[in-house]
Amino acid sequence: MTTASVIAPAERAALTAGAGRHGKLYWALADAWVLCWRNIVQLPRMPELLVFSIIQPVMFVLLFRFVFGNAIQVPGGNYVNFLMAGIFVQTVAFGSVGTGIGLAEDLHKGIIDRFRSLPMARSAVLVGRTMSDIIRNGISVAAMLIVGLLVGFRPDNTWWAYLAAAGLLMLFSFAFSWISAVIGLSVKTVEAAQSGGFIWLFPLTFCSTAFVPLDQLPSWMQGFAEYQPVSVTVTAVRGLTMDYPVGNSAWLSLAWSIGILAVFVPFAVRRYRRAAAR
Amino acid sequence: MTTKPAVLAEGLHKSYGKTHALRGLDLTVQAGTVLGVLGPNGAGKTTAVRILATLLTPDSGHAEVAGFDVVRQANKVRAAIGLAGQYAAVDEYLTGFENIEMVGRLYHVPRAACRRRADELLERFDLVEAGGRPVKTYSGGMRRRLDLAASLVVSPPVLFLDEPTTGLDPRSRLSMWEIISELVREGTTLLLTTQYLEEADQLADRIAVIDEGLVIAEGTADELKSKVGGDHLEIVVRKGGDLAAAARALRPHLCAEPDIVPELRRVGGPVPGGAALLPEVVRALDAAGVPLEDLSVRRPSLDDVFLALTGKKTSTDDVEKEAA
Repeated sequence: MTTASVIAPAERAALTAGAGRHGKLYWALADAWVLCWRNIVQLPRMPELLVFSIIQPVMFVLLFRFVFGNAIQVPGGNYVNFLMAGIFVQTVAFGSVGTGIGLAEDLHKGIIDRFRSLPMARSAVLVGRTMSDIIRNGISVAAMLIVGLLVGFRPDNTWWAYLAAAGLLMLFSFAFSWISAVIGLSVKTVEAAQSGGFIWLFPLTFCSTAFVPLDQLPSWMQGFAEYQPVSVTVTAVRGLTMDYPVGNSAWLSLAWSIGILAVFVPFAVRRYRRAAAR
Repeated sequence: MTTKPAVLAEGLHKSYGKTHALRGLDLTVQAGTVLGVLGPNGAGKTTAVRILATLLTPDSGHAEVAGFDVVRQANKVRAAIGLAGQYAAVDEYLTGFENIEMVGRLYHVPRAACRRRADELLERFDLVEAGGRPVKTYSGGMRRRLDLAASLVVSPPVLFLDEPTTGLDPRSRLSMWEIISELVREGTTLLLTTQYLEEADQLADRIAVIDEGLVIAEGTADELKSKVGGDHLEIVVRKGGDLAAAARALRPHLCAEPDIVPELRRVGGPVPGGAALLPEVVRALDAAGVPLEDLSVRRPSLDDVFLALTGKKTSTDDVEKEAA
């Protein structure tokens, strides 16, 4: 039998020599990237997860396009062109629940103990997870775009505007993932991370301008619906993909996402320390 | 020569609310040796390992691993240790190869070197064929082997194994023992926790028996065994009705009152003289007219030690059942 498990000190030194060659920030990013890679590699190996997270918004597209849409009057008259921005934002908002579920699973399976016993950056578990969830959400949005195009969605703007819309969506997705991370790290079971992660998203996505124009919502709801993060992001994405007014919604969306990150990143880090040190 | 111990814990305290997991635990492991930390469930073994592996901070006390303080120099400790546990901490959806590669990269080993090490370790741990499959298809024993392999990527000088064979079937347990013994022969310093006395006896140079968060005895297996005194005599009579007569015949030869187990038709107790005493015992029983089914003198097992030290049975009975 070969004795590969224990190696000479000189060889050991060569293996770990790289560690001192770079600064803290380099390793924080490198470690986050390793964990991001791990989460991405997993995706095609649990296809049911990706498929279900795509089927649900596809149902919304079809239901609103062919059932409810006929009853909703929108400016411009073409409901599917109005709808898709709402679908994109809803998709990434619901998709962010996966962040909390993934973290809760890691916590309960003990692999977090492995990570915490390694000389890696403490931040990597959270950053790697939220990074990979941007990518996962990106895949879902791409799928929605294809479905949208199939049922008549015809975006009409410049490539720069599309790029800005994609950027806002990514940032929004990243921000909501951190909220979801706090939930996933606060609950005791994976199931709770799942249901707790969804509940608050329903009022937020439906009491918004995602599916219905603002003036058709009850007047008492309009004040909330106009300025909440889902609505401003929907309005911005809608304006940047179609001929709808953007106004200051893009800036408001940017401000919401940055504000959410400023609050929930440190919150999640604290929760992670507490949850992992049990 | 006075070298610093590879693992040193002094007066570790840790409480969870009102539960005191550790109440002033002291441990020392000299470099290149194996310390078996032996105790029942809830004795504080896992808490001790989690503190030494920097996963938990002690409420008070002090601990050093590989010369570094586990609280103030946690990252230096992490670079010098490997940890494998009772809940195999491997990723279900990654392959065996990918798991080892990932752990290597998180130790900050260059990618190419990680892959080379992954190949070597898979070969060594008999996982070459399974190396390309996701871990969720692995058996319990394979997961433990992979978990151990992953903790050896940088060949850490100090290794912590928290109940490495708990829940494994007897064959997997034996193969883990073989691997662990080999590591030890190659010079790794090892701290191993276990509830199985047999395991500590097999693998450890020194044994620390802990109960309710404190070390209650420490020494080599032989030292601990001699603490409970001399050898143990046991006879099994052919007919249950002879038990009383057998006990009467044995009493003068034992150092304590005979211990009678009617269900097993067994009488036994500690004897001062060891095997030299056997002819006398046989003659006494013969004179009493008690036909024997079995007769034995054995050195005390670690079970006896544990029972004597704590007044509690260990979980070895379960092991024997599993092994049978």
